[in-house]
Amino acid sequence: MSVIENVSRRRFIIGIAAAGGLVLGVYLVKRSGGRVSPETGGASPSFEPNVFVVIAQDGAVMVVCHRSEMGQQARTSVAQIVADELDADWTRVVVAQAEGDAKYGDQNTDGSRSVRRNFSRLRQAGASARTMLEQAAAGLWAVPVSECHAVNHEVVHGPSDRKVGFGELVEAAAALEPPPVETLKLKDRSEWRYIGKSTPSVDLQELVGGRGIFGIDVQLEGMRVAVIARPPVLFGKPKSVDSSAALAIPGVERVVELPVLEPPAGFKPLGGVAVVATNTWAAIQGRRALRIEWEGGSNASYDSARYREKLLETARRNGRVVRDEGDVERALREAHKTLSAEYYVPLLAQAPMEPPVTTARVADGRAEIWSSTQAPQLTRRLVAEALGVDESNVQVHVTLLGGGFGRKSKPDFAVEAALLSSKVGAPVKVMWTREDDLRNGYPNSVNAQYLEAGIDGQGQTTAWLQRTVFPPIGSTFKYGTKLASSGDLGLGFVDNPFDVPNMRLENGEAEAHVRIGWLRSVANVYHAFATQSFAHELAAAAGRDPKDYLLELIGPSRKIDLAAMGVDYPNYGDPIETYPIDTGRLSNVVRVAAELAEWGRDLPSGRGLGIAVHRSFLAYVATVVEVEVSARGELTIPAAWVAIDAGTVVNPDHVRAQCEGGSVYGLSCALNAEITATGGIIDQENFDTYRVARIGDAPKSITVHIVDSTEPPAGVGEPPTPPFAPALCNAIYEATGKRIRTLPIGDQLRA
Amino acid sequence: MRVKVNGETHEFHGDPNTPLLWYLRDELGLTGTKFGCGAALCGACTVHRDGAAIRSCVTPVVSLGDAEIVTIEGLDTDVEHPVQQAWMELGVPQCGYCQPGQIMQAAALLAQTTDPSDDEIDQAMNGNICRCGTYTRIRSAIRLVKERKP
Repeated sequence: MSVIENVSRRRFIIGIAAAGGLVLGVYLVKRSGGRVSPETGGASPSFEPNVFVVIAQDGAVMVVCHRSEMGQQARTSVAQIVADELDADWTRVVVAQAEGDAKYGDQNTDGSRSVRRNFSRLRQAGASARTMLEQAAAGLWAVPVSECHAVNHEVVHGPSDRKVGFGELVEAAAALEPPPVETLKLKDRSEWRYIGKSTPSVDLQELVGGRGIFGIDVQLEGMRVAVIARPPVLFGKPKSVDSSAALAIPGVERVVELPVLEPPAGFKPLGGVAVVATNTWAAIQGRRALRIEWEGGSNASYDSARYREKLLETARRNGRVVRDEGDVERALREAHKTLSAEYYVPLLAQAPMEPPVTTARVADGRAEIWSSTQAPQLTRRLVAEALGVDESNVQVHVTLLGGGFGRKSKPDFAVEAALLSSKVGAPVKVMWTREDDLRNGYPNSVNAQYLEAGIDGQGQTTAWLQRTVFPPIGSTFKYGTKLASSGDLGLGFVDNPFDVPNMRLENGEAEAHVRIGWLRSVANVYHAFATQSFAHELAAAAGRDPKDYLLELIGPSRKIDLAAMGVDYPNYGDPIETYPIDTGRLSNVVRVAAELAEWGRDLPSGRGLGIAVHRSFLAYVATVVEVEVSARGELTIPAAWVAIDAGTVVNPDHVRAQCEGGSVYGLSCALNAEITATGGIIDQENFDTYRVARIGDAPKSITVHIVDSTEPPAGVGEPPTPPFAPALCNAIYEATGKRIRTLPIGDQLRA
Repeated sequence: MRVKVNGETHEFHGDPNTPLLWYLRDELGLTGTKFGCGAALCGACTVHRDGAAIRSCVTPVVSLGDAEIVTIEGLDTDVEHPVQQAWMELGVPQCGYCQPGQIMQAAALLAQTTDPSDDEIDQAMNGNICRCGTYTRIRSAIRLVKERKP
């Protein structure tokens, strides 16, 4: 490895030294893709009204983004919100990436929260800075502050038509106290300049030029690369290790055994044997040359095919009741017609294009970490714990993330790097290969569901029984957990929106044999798949149009009060008063999507339209998919339409991009992807066996409609994923009469 | 051994079987070319060898001979290649990780086929995985470049 120090404080710095308020560097990537010159800062004083805003004397505004960037354009959205209330000139705004630090509030970039949880506080941050600049100008001119207004990077005194640039006010503003939050005057929605506008990504030019620095791109002087042979079975350990052949490979320096993992897995490293080398290729070769005999342990008998039968069997039996209205058993007995079905969704890997990777430099009781992490503060804490140092001695730089999808919320890979750097006495980059990512990951849970419904003489659904069975996320943190938490069940299960008088929802036990994690939209993937597919089955049984029947199932416009039913429903951590379960908004997106797709039009044989709708992360998304299935069972998707109601949106084009990408992610979950295990070992190793959607699989077009709304912002990154698979499978039914109840679709359509 | 990358000739002394990908990234610091699979299954590592798209993760340095290698950094030093411009205009990238590979693949396609059909676009790009799911915009961007061709 040659000496290329491509990251240093220069790259990730956000550190404006608080004492003295010096601008150590506004060095970051500019909107244009060029760089703000290091000379911008130097020793000149700056104005730093809060942790999100820094203004230099030349007027450059630096917005600090505390959320990780993984393609959802958090960096752009955060800057848009702050710059709007600040009334900054967008061309003079740069975005800096925050380190992991509690002073920013929550940084865990997960759960589609970046905008919805930060919208108000970021607006306040911008407004606070603007108010102080206005106060500084008022002082400068000795006029009432009420006569001074920020307009496009200047403060203007109306009566005398005097103007002063933000930069010139830096010194005076820095001497003022930030105004109390309750006195801040936020802009009226009609005055927004950037919020609600499709501003291009601040990182666009860097990304298309290949200049963006991801976790994998970090290179430090003296850095070694480590590739780790982890136990193929969870909680397994090496029985014997012969590293002689590995050490004989040029470039391989050391072989280091990592501590054996004891349950619960949590976010601890998996253990195993690390090969530390001077370059990546030597480390990969070195690992291949290791001779390790593994002891499998208790999970070595895990076989996913047998396990699936067990899950389905559990779903056929009564489980723990988590929601119960009316008398479902009686209603089923008295029904004109009953229908039952079993649904199954396998373990799914997030498989971000950039596998997990972290570089650590541990020396003299301090650790510096560069990581493509979704969870910078958690990374900081876990590294500190693993090294036995105080958190204040750990610095976590957040790089760009080459996709996250939930995998990079789990900092096990950062802890590995820290442990190895400490052991080796040099900076270490831990590289996960694709095989590592698929075989040693935190897959989204496998799930089986049983559904039974009763229909009356008029075709109306009068009874709905649904059981969901899956090893819960909690099993990763508390060994042996078999029942789902309210958090798991709040992901599209207990919040069933259907207006059915007799409804019972149950959860059965399941034991985990892998580290259960989460993937884009989590349990909503399988809950929406079963619920929305079964709704379509009922429509078919009733001989009704699936879209009309879906709207009837949702019923009249109302706000569903789960608390009144005694259901524990976390509502994605937000108040139900602010973000109710609003069936009116749910029905509306169904109608909008159907209209976009020209629902009801005649289609040639072999074609079909399918629809599904789902509320998740407080947003409402309906998807219509059109499929064509050839006589030989080849599936193509001529088009898809998505209607989203996510309340107030900050950047419409990026919301559209999330709907397009979220749909393709849902397609991947449905089409061919599946994680299976034999003898406790994951069968899939790379993209030849873990088959994700490619361009040829993707819809030929995806049309997105964003519902115009003044409601509070909801999630966007995850909500487009859940409705895609059921809409697709409902379309397949319309085209072929084949009902897909088991994912992946795989070769089920082959004639 | 000599290796020609982005118009410069470099001396290489390492293991001749080293995949070009790791030479570019670890030794030359050209980190725009990405690792995604190590087995020519995802296209993140796509570069040009004498103008043709190849997977650098399975191309040993020893096999290069006199070939001219171009990476994303060398495609257009001002980031103004027509493919890059179309990518920016349509806001193709989300996380951006796979995009250097997508762009190199698309640039090679458009250099060889002036007027690719939609099917040809899908065929040429099918080896390049994007987990963010930017496929519909990738297609649109390639069509945009094609329409602009003189």
